[in-house]
Amino acid sequence: MLASIIQNLFNAFQWGSFYSLIALGYTLVYGVLRLINFAHGDIFMVGAYIAFFIATAILGMAVSLPGWVVLAMVIPLTMILTAFVGVSLERIAYRPLRRKGAHRLYVVITALMCGLVLENGNLALLGASRKSFPELVDKVVYTVGDLSMTNLKIGVVFSAILVFIFLHFIVTKTKIGMAMRAISYDKFAVPLMGIPIDTVIVFTFILGSSFAGLAGLLFALSYPILDPYMGAMIGWKAFIAAVVGGIGDIRGAFLGGFLLGFVEILVVAVFPSTYRDLIAFAILMTILCIKPTGMFGVAGTTKI
Amino acid sequence: MRKLTVPTLLLAITGVIVFMSHQEYIDLYIQSVIMFMGVNIILSSSFNIVNGYMGEFACGHAGFMAVGAYVTSVINVMLFTDDKVFGAALLPPEMAVYLFPFTLLIGGAAAAVAGVLVAIPSFKTRDDYLAIITIAANFIIISTIINIDKIGGARGFMGMKKVLFAMGDSYDIPWILLWVIVFTFGTVFIIRRYVTSTYGKGIIAIKQDEVAAEIMSVNTNKMKLVAFMLSSGLAGIAGGLFAHILGYINPNSFGILKSTECLVMVYLGGMGSLSGSVISAILFTLLLESLRFIIPWMNTAMHYMHLLPDSYELSQVWKWVIIPLILILLMQFRPEGIMGNRELSDIFPKLKKFYSFK
Repeated sequence: MLASIIQNLFNAFQWGSFYSLIALGYTLVYGVLRLINFAHGDIFMVGAYIAFFIATAILGMAVSLPGWVVLAMVIPLTMILTAFVGVSLERIAYRPLRRKGAHRLYVVITALMCGLVLENGNLALLGASRKSFPELVDKVVYTVGDLSMTNLKIGVVFSAILVFIFLHFIVTKTKIGMAMRAISYDKFAVPLMGIPIDTVIVFTFILGSSFAGLAGLLFALSYPILDPYMGAMIGWKAFIAAVVGGIGDIRGAFLGGFLLGFVEILVVAVFPSTYRDLIAFAILMTILCIKPTGMFGVAGTTKI
Repeated sequence: MRKLTVPTLLLAITGVIVFMSHQEYIDLYIQSVIMFMGVNIILSSSFNIVNGYMGEFACGHAGFMAVGAYVTSVINVMLFTDDKVFGAALLPPEMAVYLFPFTLLIGGAAAAVAGVLVAIPSFKTRDDYLAIITIAANFIIISTIINIDKIGGARGFMGMKKVLFAMGDSYDIPWILLWVIVFTFGTVFIIRRYVTSTYGKGIIAIKQDEVAAEIMSVNTNKMKLVAFMLSSGLAGIAGGLFAHILGYINPNSFGILKSTECLVMVYLGGMGSLSGSVISAILFTLLLESLRFIIPWMNTAMHYMHLLPDSYELSQVWKWVIIPLILILLMQFRPEGIMGNRELSDIFPKLKKFYSFK
């Protein structure tokens, strides 16, 4: 009994890490632009596909490399290319609207539509056949008593924690992080202070998208079946995690992701697995009704 | 003259369409396009109450449609047909023809009650948080339906065609077509009366400034409750009609993609423009149906010109790339939609001679 609880906790940590990694991207962009980047879940999916193509390309080369070398090459390449996708979305779709001073709602709708274009464009271009991700790392199972842990799960959890620490450091300790916080505080005064607002926004998108790419890669390693709609549901849920944590706050997104992971795994442990989404979303609604700004969010005041 | 033009015109349209489909001058495909047009008009104009007139950003309209579709279908199948799950018909099938509109209204009422699920949180939250609540509500409704095994769960629910056949046996009229047209006109009428009434101006006041509206003695919470319930109730009626047109419903067909369709229609038409919603629903349906033919045609043409490799065929999935792209372009170049917040009579003032939108 105890063993199964701890085993479930490990699984919860793994799922929580995926949610956290994606939620961090949502919250970064929201924190700076006040924009829900609804395409973020699909950027995660694009990241997984990019990782797939890079990995198969490297494995297909004449020289046979050991798995960890391939992985060491795939990780940075995936992150760079996914960041490129995220930034091009920003350049093509969001920036012109921002320049025109369009209503925030229009940008949100554009984001939602960009997500659909990515999903269905992928489906239309690559076809409905699912891709299976090549196995890059040998699975090592550590067994302690009745508990078993794979090296992959440990890797996933550690990378989520490292990413969180890294982002927290960037946002609170560096100059560009200060600029990001400043933009979220007052978008109009910041350019007057000589801060290049577009550079900061592009940097935010680079951070968010590259970690979504990393999450996609890790997800593909753990669950090696890729399909174009994989990003939709996990993206919505990660967004919910970010909202529950208080969107715009890095700690909130991180903890919210783990909280959602725990809730889902516990629900599945007790109820049939079809109830997972129902209960997860119901909990979200309850939290939002009681505390509309989430765990760490600060209620905004409106001047009349 | 001015009072009677619109009702006469609508009556004439209804009569002509029903007569022509009864005499089989127009085939079943065109009939179904007309019916989907009607359903889309109900959906977009009812969604416009919340997203256009009230200025909220809700994106879970398909969830309420699902509630209406399931409630109406289950009641009809239970009452009028012999079903494996629900047993023998409770009422004689001849009654179906009289009770069908009432079951549709019951479905709408159930959807309106489901709308409270979103309306209550909207008292405290706005904008992004409300958007996510509506999405969550959509997901909750869908996964609740999936988890009720009695109505088919994820497998879907069918048997509505039998109800239609029972109605056709009583009087040989294309009943479902008739009811779609009647409810479409009814919806537009109700919304028109609602948003132009003094009472309904409250929701427009909420869009302008919620705090100011409250100070001016608009009961904002009550207005929001009414707007959400009206909007979701009408969506429920659309769902009931949709279920009977298709004869088969599946919880996953009311997912976020369907809600996105509603969003596209509302923003294509223009927020806060009823005639815009109607026009965009018609255009959107025509676009969807014409893409069904354009895409294979493009495929042949591009293969002929050797623009595409032989191994690759353009599939219908491209439809769902083209439609979001249209909306993206719309947001870039004409974010207010086709009509903005104007009505048809504002653009063509001469129309005012024949009808008045007040």
